[in-house]
Amino acid sequence: MIEVRNLHKSFGAQKVLDGISFEIGKGESAVIIGRSGCGKSVLLKHLVGLLIPDSGEVLIDGENLAGMDERQLLPVRRKFGMLFQSAALFDSLTVGENVGFVLRRENELSPSEIMQRVEETLEMVELPGIQNKKPAELSGGMRKRVGLARAIVYKPEIILYDEPTTGLDPVVSDSIDQLILRVCEQLKVTSVVVTHDTRSMRRVGNQIIMLVGGKVYANGTPDEIFNSQDPVIHRFVNGISDPKEHNF
Amino acid sequence: MQIVPDKFSSTINEMGRVALLFWETANALFRHKVDWRDVSYQLYFIGVKSQSVVLITGAFTGMVLCAQTYFQFHKVRMDTATLAVVSVSMCSELGPVLTALMVAGRVGAAMAAELGTMRVTEQIDALRTLATHPVDYLIVPRVLATVIAMPLLTGEAITLGIGAAYIVGTFLLKIDPTYSWANMLYYSSAQAVAIGLIKAFIFGIIISVVSCYKGMNCREGAEGVGKATTEAVVTTSISILISNFFLTLFLNRVFAS
Repeated sequence: MIEVRNLHKSFGAQKVLDGISFEIGKGESAVIIGRSGCGKSVLLKHLVGLLIPDSGEVLIDGENLAGMDERQLLPVRRKFGMLFQSAALFDSLTVGENVGFVLRRENELSPSEIMQRVEETLEMVELPGIQNKKPAELSGGMRKRVGLARAIVYKPEIILYDEPTTGLDPVVSDSIDQLILRVCEQLKVTSVVVTHDTRSMRRVGNQIIMLVGGKVYANGTPDEIFNSQDPVIHRFVNGISDPKEHNF
Repeated sequence: MQIVPDKFSSTINEMGRVALLFWETANALFRHKVDWRDVSYQLYFIGVKSQSVVLITGAFTGMVLCAQTYFQFHKVRMDTATLAVVSVSMCSELGPVLTALMVAGRVGAAMAAELGTMRVTEQIDALRTLATHPVDYLIVPRVLATVIAMPLLTGEAITLGIGAAYIVGTFLLKIDPTYSWANMLYYSSAQAVAIGLIKAFIFGIIISVVSCYKGMNCREGAEGVGKATTEAVVTTSISILISNFFLTLFLNRVFAS
């Protein structure tokens, strides 16, 4: 369903992605890990066409996003839902308007049906009755849940999560993980999660892709990654810095 | 040796990208569905909310122009030509230009700041992932509302400017109201009003497209948003003044023929 072939991306002189290739099957839950600044979020943005690669291909159900312009990408993006690191809620709209945004734009449902769908989705993310609040009135965890509600309300086939638990306390992080699992189970979607959180990656992923230096360093199941004897993988999953590195 | 200086080539490059944004907006306007709820909201923000600042500008410009013209004309006993000068100046030059400058300061800055903040907080990326083209949702309503609002605001500024000048001239400076009114009607023409409104329409395009471009392309962080806002106001103001000169030459030729 998602296939990335030999993806390259640079920003000025800085090479961020250097020949990335992998596949994620339909209904799979993949986790992309790697140190800060290794290009995880840049890779995620390529999957939905928010960034254009310098070379290489991003295939979604066989369609190559790399050659498409912004308008051609719109129907492909309808397959995606994305939860941003900052939730990226539209601050001029209420929670209800944020969640029902796509449904309102598509104009296929009546206002009462949209309202009902918004209510159901907010209940699914355990935030019932907050439709009239503004994003500024919400806590970090609530914003992420609303962001997730906005991403799943139109029943996408693929959901991308950009560091869903970053900046949240362990209890809220756990509830977000539970939510990701529940969404996966109930909606039968393909999930791609970018995270640093080792507990989160073990729980939500059945495939882990590790990036190092702009390349895929490891690609395997959580058990393979967590039991790996490779020093780079071992240090990363156990959170051990390397004193030999200048920025340890 | 560098033949074309960097600053010059980046300015030309930026002008090209603004032109492309305008082209894309025009395409989206005619080929894709316009959300009239968004347009009416923008019309309220750009048109209704700008009225006070535009009307005050129009009124006081008319009043000061009347007083200054009277002080000069009084020396050569041409007092009753004062309102004619005010009327012609307000209709074709001062009305549209000052209205545009005030709207650029109020609305252009707000557009650049709002879109810039949306960009740095990933709201524009979020919009794109929700299968919505940013030009359709963010730019078309703003451009459409500004080009509708600008001629209306300019019409109001011109009317109030001439009205305020009439009051100052007849009640404060004691100019003969009948001759003044007759002279004003004789020298003012529908052509001057048409030139003013066409200019307002074009200034509306400049304000909205340039400000949206600056917001959509702002750099990261609070500094980026601040810089985009400043650049939006400065660029639109200078563009209005420069284009006004060429529009005056062009439109007078067109109407003369």
